[in-house]
Amino acid sequence: MQLKSLTFKGGVHPPHHKHYTEHLPLKKAEVPKLVIIPLQQHIGAPCDPLVQVGDEVKLGQKIGEPKGFVSAPIHSSVSGRVAAIEKRPHPGGGLVLSVVIESDGLDSLDESIKPRGNLENLTAEDIKNIMREAGLVGMGGATFPTQVKFSPPADKPIDTVILNGAECEPYLTADHRLMLENAGDVVLGLKAMMKAVNVKKGYIAIENNKPDAIKAIAEAVQGEGDIEVVSLKTKYPQGAEKQLIKACTGREVPSGGLPMDCGVIVNNVGTSAALGNAIKTGMPLVERIVTITGSGVKEPQNLVVRIGTPFADVIEQCGGLADNVGKVIQGGPMMGIAQYTTEVPVIKGTSGILVLKEEDLGLKPEIACIKCARCVDACPIGLLPTKLEGFAQKGMLQEADEYHVIDCIECGSCSFICPAKRPLVERIRLAKAQVMAEKRKAKQ
Amino acid sequence: MDYGNLVVSSSPHIRSEDTVQRIMMDVIIALLPATAASIYFFGFRAMAIVVVSILAAVATEAVIQKIRKKPVTISDGSAVITGLLLALTISPAMPLWMTAVGAVVAIGIGKQVYGGLGSNPFNPALVGRAFLVVTFPVHMTTWINPMDGVSSATPLNLLKMQGIKTGYMPLLLGNVGGSLGETSALLLLIGGIYLLYRGIIDWRIPVSYLGTVAVLTLVLGSDPVFHLLAGGLMLGAFFMATDMVTTPVTKSGRLVFGIGAGLLVVIIRLYGGYPEGVLFSILLMNTFTPIIDRYTRPRIYGEVKTK
Repeated sequence: MQLKSLTFKGGVHPPHHKHYTEHLPLKKAEVPKLVIIPLQQHIGAPCDPLVQVGDEVKLGQKIGEPKGFVSAPIHSSVSGRVAAIEKRPHPGGGLVLSVVIESDGLDSLDESIKPRGNLENLTAEDIKNIMREAGLVGMGGATFPTQVKFSPPADKPIDTVILNGAECEPYLTADHRLMLENAGDVVLGLKAMMKAVNVKKGYIAIENNKPDAIKAIAEAVQGEGDIEVVSLKTKYPQGAEKQLIKACTGREVPSGGLPMDCGVIVNNVGTSAALGNAIKTGMPLVERIVTITGSGVKEPQNLVVRIGTPFADVIEQCGGLADNVGKVIQGGPMMGIAQYTTEVPVIKGTSGILVLKEEDLGLKPEIACIKCARCVDACPIGLLPTKLEGFAQKGMLQEADEYHVIDCIECGSCSFICPAKRPLVERIRLAKAQVMAEKRKAKQ
Repeated sequence: MDYGNLVVSSSPHIRSEDTVQRIMMDVIIALLPATAASIYFFGFRAMAIVVVSILAAVATEAVIQKIRKKPVTISDGSAVITGLLLALTISPAMPLWMTAVGAVVAIGIGKQVYGGLGSNPFNPALVGRAFLVVTFPVHMTTWINPMDGVSSATPLNLLKMQGIKTGYMPLLLGNVGGSLGETSALLLLIGGIYLLYRGIIDWRIPVSYLGTVAVLTLVLGSDPVFHLLAGGLMLGAFFMATDMVTTPVTKSGRLVFGIGAGLLVVIIRLYGGYPEGVLFSILLMNTFTPIIDRYTRPRIYGEVKTK
């Protein structure tokens, strides 16, 4: 098999830092005594609780019912007793209504958990049902409800499904280990996804700094003529949806549109494996692989963690925090979210817990822009970040709009590369939000 | 455990090692061979001009920032480059006090009046040189032959006024009359290649600039090799037309800039009153930089062509 590495225009090369965990096999994390399960772990409407304080719950039992179409149910990740239903800090920021469950340590299964049969016997509707009932969301971090992705309007024909195994964020190795150790579920999930939208072309795209994962997946797809393994150049943001689609298919998502506007659905390999597992065992999404890493963690690891486990518990199992911790981040260093407390729980979109020491933060005062245009070269969309930042700072929203601020994918390449240490994407993000708000207002 | 001091800011959480100081340092390193050659050819006189120009530039920057109650940023290295570049564009016969005046103007009027680093529309060193050319025209055009120390004309002057063409070898090595830094094309080229290798400058400006001059002089019946090697073209193409602050940020914009500057050089050299046109070609194109950027924005991902 010959693999040419594909890529996109622009991007940056941050140091990988994958060495902390890339060779460490997956380990099951301890079942926590207490889980905090937010009723919103996805983009869209939050869930209503289905349980009350004092209720006994089983592992895999549905405890949150979606309120809207764009939503996903929530399940208990332990068996035990509901101790509280209250607002708790959420890794996405703010306080979110959460179900707090004391585990009884028995992991007794909910009776609804049973295998869903062979893929051959499942219809497209069955598969979408499994996606919904398992509470699947995009596990790369965006947490968009999976079943919604697979229900495109009739005028948006889908002909391609892409699995994202790029894992272009530095430090993170969760997807890497998953592809190495559980390629079977990844491929089963992809086949189910393709069947759900009746598609004949599937890709599994992996950055070429993970040759062992490429090999493992290539072996797992042998005999599957419809599925192609794509080797991608190692460059950030190779795993951004738009850049991935361009690299695999040569197509571009139209400005302001979604992947389905060019006939593609993209999913993280973790989501695919979760779907494969849900078909095989009937188990909803109650645990996920988390890379706990960075200079601020004593023993970095890749752990399979129950949803709702507080960050502090997980970090404790990795030897605890080192001295001089500067930041605790959910996700990777390029797009992750900095936390103010380690009381927040692991949720469906928590691909990593990255702890950086103070000296790694690279906090330097910003100085004047010298128009070196490194940000222009780095922008994977083709924007002019230096100009957009200027417009953002001066509140020139009309100009920012004219320079396509709303096409920014917020990957942070511009801020990373800036030699003047200017917070480019931070300011551009703000202008983008303001322009989008104005547009929404104008529509009404 | 106390996690009370976690830093919270929005992503990204890591930054590249690259700094503005490092970029400026690379430019200074790239100018060293040509600077050393000027001292070799013109001796103590050249060294004094370089030192005075740099000191005056840095002092001007510091004093103005103090007066404006702004942070003093002379450690970023940009004023050093302005002083050094200015020194390399003036004649070794220049009195030192005039050199200092040029440096004060370069930083004061070329840079700080606009708000300092990053805000100036014109290349500060060229503003300083332009001021000296019009204020002290005699001193700015009194040249010395590096070999015998007597006054002589520059190769471009010889060609324009007397029709004498200097050979390629002296032009390459630098043993010809001219300003401090524009004599040896070879050493400037080495510095330029270093900047390209370090990713500090984009090939598009020097290549389109030099290429335009070569093609046009050839078409118009002049000697392209002579025109590439003579005068300030190499210094301008690699160190001034590539000044980040005053040139386009877009790739195609840089081609436009280089072609425009090349066109102006040829027009001035072949048809203008001045023997040399590099100075004004770059200053004039600097004025076009904002509009070039505006009309050469790259196509964005997923841009819909209709409308």
